[in-house]
Amino acid sequence: MKKFINKTDDFLKESLNGFGKAHSDIIQVNLEPSFVSRKNKTKEGKVSLISGGGSGHEPMHGGFVGHGMLDAACPGFVFSAPAPDQMQAAAEHVDSGAGVLFIVKNYSGDIMNFQMGAEMYSGKNDSIVTNDDVAVEDSTFTTGRRGVAATVLVEKIVGSLAENGGSLEECKTLGEKVNKNAGTMGVAFTSCTVPAAGKPTFDIGDDEMEFGVGIHGEPGRKREKIQPSKTIVGNILDAILDNLKPEKNEKTLLFVNGMGGTPLTELYLVYDDACQILQSKGVEITRSLVGNYCTSLEMQGASITLLKCDEEILKNWDAPVHTAAMRWGM
Amino acid sequence: MKKETEFMSINFLISQAKNIQKVIDENASEIEALDQNIGDGDHIFNIQRGLKLVIELEGTIKDLPLAKALNTIAMKVLSGIGGSSGALFGTFFISMAKSPDLDKDVNFSKACEMIIDGVKAMKERGKADVGEKTMMDVLIPVSEKLSEIKNNNSEMKQGLNEVIKIAEDRMLSTKDMLATKGRASFLGERAKGHIDPGARSSQLIIDTICKSVINQ
Repeated sequence: MKKFINKTDDFLKESLNGFGKAHSDIIQVNLEPSFVSRKNKTKEGKVSLISGGGSGHEPMHGGFVGHGMLDAACPGFVFSAPAPDQMQAAAEHVDSGAGVLFIVKNYSGDIMNFQMGAEMYSGKNDSIVTNDDVAVEDSTFTTGRRGVAATVLVEKIVGSLAENGGSLEECKTLGEKVNKNAGTMGVAFTSCTVPAAGKPTFDIGDDEMEFGVGIHGEPGRKREKIQPSKTIVGNILDAILDNLKPEKNEKTLLFVNGMGGTPLTELYLVYDDACQILQSKGVEITRSLVGNYCTSLEMQGASITLLKCDEEILKNWDAPVHTAAMRWGM
Repeated sequence: MKKETEFMSINFLISQAKNIQKVIDENASEIEALDQNIGDGDHIFNIQRGLKLVIELEGTIKDLPLAKALNTIAMKVLSGIGGSSGALFGTFFISMAKSPDLDKDVNFSKACEMIIDGVKAMKERGKADVGEKTMMDVLIPVSEKLSEIKNNNSEMKQGLNEVIKIAEDRMLSTKDMLATKGRASFLGERAKGHIDPGARSSQLIIDTICKSVINQ
């Protein structure tokens, strides 16, 4: 394992300290229990949005705390859900009285810990669960689909509505709409190494890829030989389109997300492939996002998310945002 | 033979945590490998961190009433472990701490009752039942066996030997299951052929406690 580490036990704390210092103009970091919150207090009447999850997906979620997006983020240990006392403390810190909406990715550990956090928090609160990963079959009898990169879009779009006075109920409704209209699928070329483990999470041959990988390196649909980008992108988009079934010329947002170890050069190549394929299928791309937003440590690979957009989604996507990882319009 | 009153004493809990730590450490690479097969490899670190934190609590809780001590353990497990294990084991200890009459002596029957209620709370929290390839595949049958032993007033040592056997059988039975809960559920057919790491760690914990009680 080659990583910038002093002591494995201090890995997360030291990284959070650095994050706090680097972005001290917009956020602050609280330790024990750890959460990232906006530097300024939530204005009265504004619903607070809190997300969180295991660390190792940076900039998600701490990098999305700030104007127009989250009010707080609770980082767990690398790839492990945060604990309920973090959610409780974050909620008590940010809630201005308008209530708290928890945005939770559909992973068993996150679900349980956020539920307990919500039970421990005495103020008004509600939750939405993202489950955009089309690689996994959806079922009410199982854990179901994973919540992955579309969580970024949910946080941005609902964040804008909350900033503009949306009620807790309205924020929840919009979040659920965005989640329902989004589909994601990822591919990994290499594994990632959790610092505490010190060795790669999975073995993968030099000429292989994991198709439908999750954001912790947990296996996906199948292991395949690596193929030209256009073939990989085509297969990913087939799975997404099969699931989302967009209308002819329906407006969409195309989001190409890096897993952490793939350079932007390649992500833009993927974007180009995706544009060509989607255009040939009559899907209109009206907004774009390309970069490393929902990562898996140093894993090489990418995910593609397609979001079907109506006017409400577009308006809230375009609204100003100022966070460590996403900034426009202000 | 152990005095009945010493079940669930704080001494008992801490010494069991130390026994468990030893056994988990001895089997750490096996559990890690199981988790890398069908999960993401974090389970063993979460369990090891949790045990370390609980053992470190010894000085803080040794003079507390049992209910307070159990609640302190619960909060430490919840906040210190994180992930699914933290929520589930935290829920187990919260339930134990809420058990009535903890200021009175905890005999074997009462200890069984606390464990049975604790497993029930975990089942509700995780919404997982038997047959889903999780730690509940071990814990639910064990809890049912304890209930049987308690209701029939069975001889303790013989009963605990049966618990050990059931835990092992059920742990092994997860090998051929499809997972429907937790991260392994994303694997579909590929999860078959691998024992669930949570079932293995739970079985080791039960095995350790039962053997230590039998040998006292």
